[in-house]
Amino acid sequence: MTQRTVPRALMSPAVATLLLWMIVPLGMTIYFSSVFYNLMQPGEHGFAGWMNYEFFITDPDFGAAVMNTLLLLGSVILISVVGGIGLALLVNEAFPGRGIVRVLLISPFFVMPTANALLWKHMMMNPVYGILAQVWIFFGLEPVNWLETFPLLSIIIMVAWQWLPFACLIFITSLQSLDRDQMEAAGMDGANAFQKFWFLTLPHLARPIAVVVMIEMIFLLSVFAEIFTTTGGGPGNASTNVAFLIYKQALLNFDVGVASAGALFAIVLANIVAIFLIRIIGKNLD
Amino acid sequence: MKHLPLVVRTLSAWVITLLIVFPLIWLFLTAFKTELQAIAVPPELFFSPTLENFTEVQARSDYLQFAKNSVITSVLSTILGLAIAAPAAYSMAFFPTKSTRNILMWMLSTKFMPAVGALLPIYVLAQSAGLLDTLTSLTIVFTLSNLPIMVWMLYSGFKDIPNDILEAARMDGATIMGEFRHVIRPLAMGPLASTGLLCLVLSWNEAFWSLNLSSAQAGTLAVLIASYSSPEGLFWAKLSAASLMAIAPIVVVGWFSQKQLIQGLTFGAVK
Repeated sequence: MTQRTVPRALMSPAVATLLLWMIVPLGMTIYFSSVFYNLMQPGEHGFAGWMNYEFFITDPDFGAAVMNTLLLLGSVILISVVGGIGLALLVNEAFPGRGIVRVLLISPFFVMPTANALLWKHMMMNPVYGILAQVWIFFGLEPVNWLETFPLLSIIIMVAWQWLPFACLIFITSLQSLDRDQMEAAGMDGANAFQKFWFLTLPHLARPIAVVVMIEMIFLLSVFAEIFTTTGGGPGNASTNVAFLIYKQALLNFDVGVASAGALFAIVLANIVAIFLIRIIGKNLD
Repeated sequence: MKHLPLVVRTLSAWVITLLIVFPLIWLFLTAFKTELQAIAVPPELFFSPTLENFTEVQARSDYLQFAKNSVITSVLSTILGLAIAAPAAYSMAFFPTKSTRNILMWMLSTKFMPAVGALLPIYVLAQSAGLLDTLTSLTIVFTLSNLPIMVWMLYSGFKDIPNDILEAARMDGATIMGEFRHVIRPLAMGPLASTGLLCLVLSWNEAFWSLNLSSAQAGTLAVLIASYSSPEGLFWAKLSAASLMAIAPIVVVGWFSQKQLIQGLTFGAVK
């Protein structure tokens, strides 16, 4: 008897808290999304049917937000996977200072998002005093007002700066388990560097690539602090993603109903990605 | 890339690395400049360092208050998270049942609920409980959002403890509590430490919930740094000093535990 109750009792706090953490917000979001609920207009919350969903989806900012979310997601994943593999290959073999290089490379990943964003916004991207402006002037070019002219690209640079090291570290870890004998055998059989990369290294990296893509998708779908502290979603809606749009509806427009409809949209989007990721990780359990 | 000459590889690796880390190096340097030196054109590489920014940051925005909030929320949420996650992971690793796998998968799936999806309910709940801008609400939210990762990390750590040792203890008549205290606890210190470390890093850097649920009272360092986003005035040196004090502890922790942190973040999918 105790052999079964004790393990269950040990598990119950974690299961119970996570169940609450999932069900309570989800239930409330579903309820909010079906009523007229604005924090600025007290009174009864009448049933809204699909009105909130319709309002959120037909909002002119919605299409732009979805586009921006996908662009941000796609660009950062592309930069971090391609750049990460390149860097990992570069530092995989021994060279003087390899240990220090690897430690330095991972550093940006541990910088908190608000500090990352402001470091780039002010010290790097400021059109007059920023480092990038100085570099542009050095090469005889007109300095760029990054956050005004290329707001989304600026956000992409900040976020990629954070996630490239993450991807790189995963690829470095994975490359260490690459079969060296096989590589040497391929070399003796006359395979050139590109063939070795294409037929041996890349297949070996398939799984880590999938993991990086999935993990980054989950985190990048809800990029928030970088936008909040730099562009504020603007100019206009040029750098507003879905997460920031929901935030704007909720805490700036006080429209709980519409924001909740948007939140459900975001949850569904994230879950589609998560299903694939969970399958990959699940295989690891067996 | 073995075919490239060593010199080329070394040089390119160092140049690329220094380019990537340059913003951090620049942040470090700017923290010790005066405000005028910080915006000097062309940028000043050599200057006599000053410490006045650090005292200024404390005087103007009460850095220590925010730092205290960061320490309290991240330490408390780590302890609380370990207290909830460790028994569950222990139970699943050593007394697995048919549903263990499903429970683990389900826990993982809760981590993928986007925070913005839960923003309004949590905000409304915190508001009606009078917990907006309190350390309590931040600690609870940090704990809950890290819990799935902690259970997973501890689970895979516990799984690596050899079963023979446990069986020997059981043969000697150890109870579950005795087994836990004398056999598992010493062996589990490693996984507990690295899981705790990951949770500390995640909570310390957390920005979504702290920006939305806290401000002057319970604001963490992430909130303090965000308050430097206004374009007015000369403040780059102070921003750098504040940022340096906010990120240095975690970056150093990250250097020493990168492998465990990455394993935790990928739920052990990359080894």
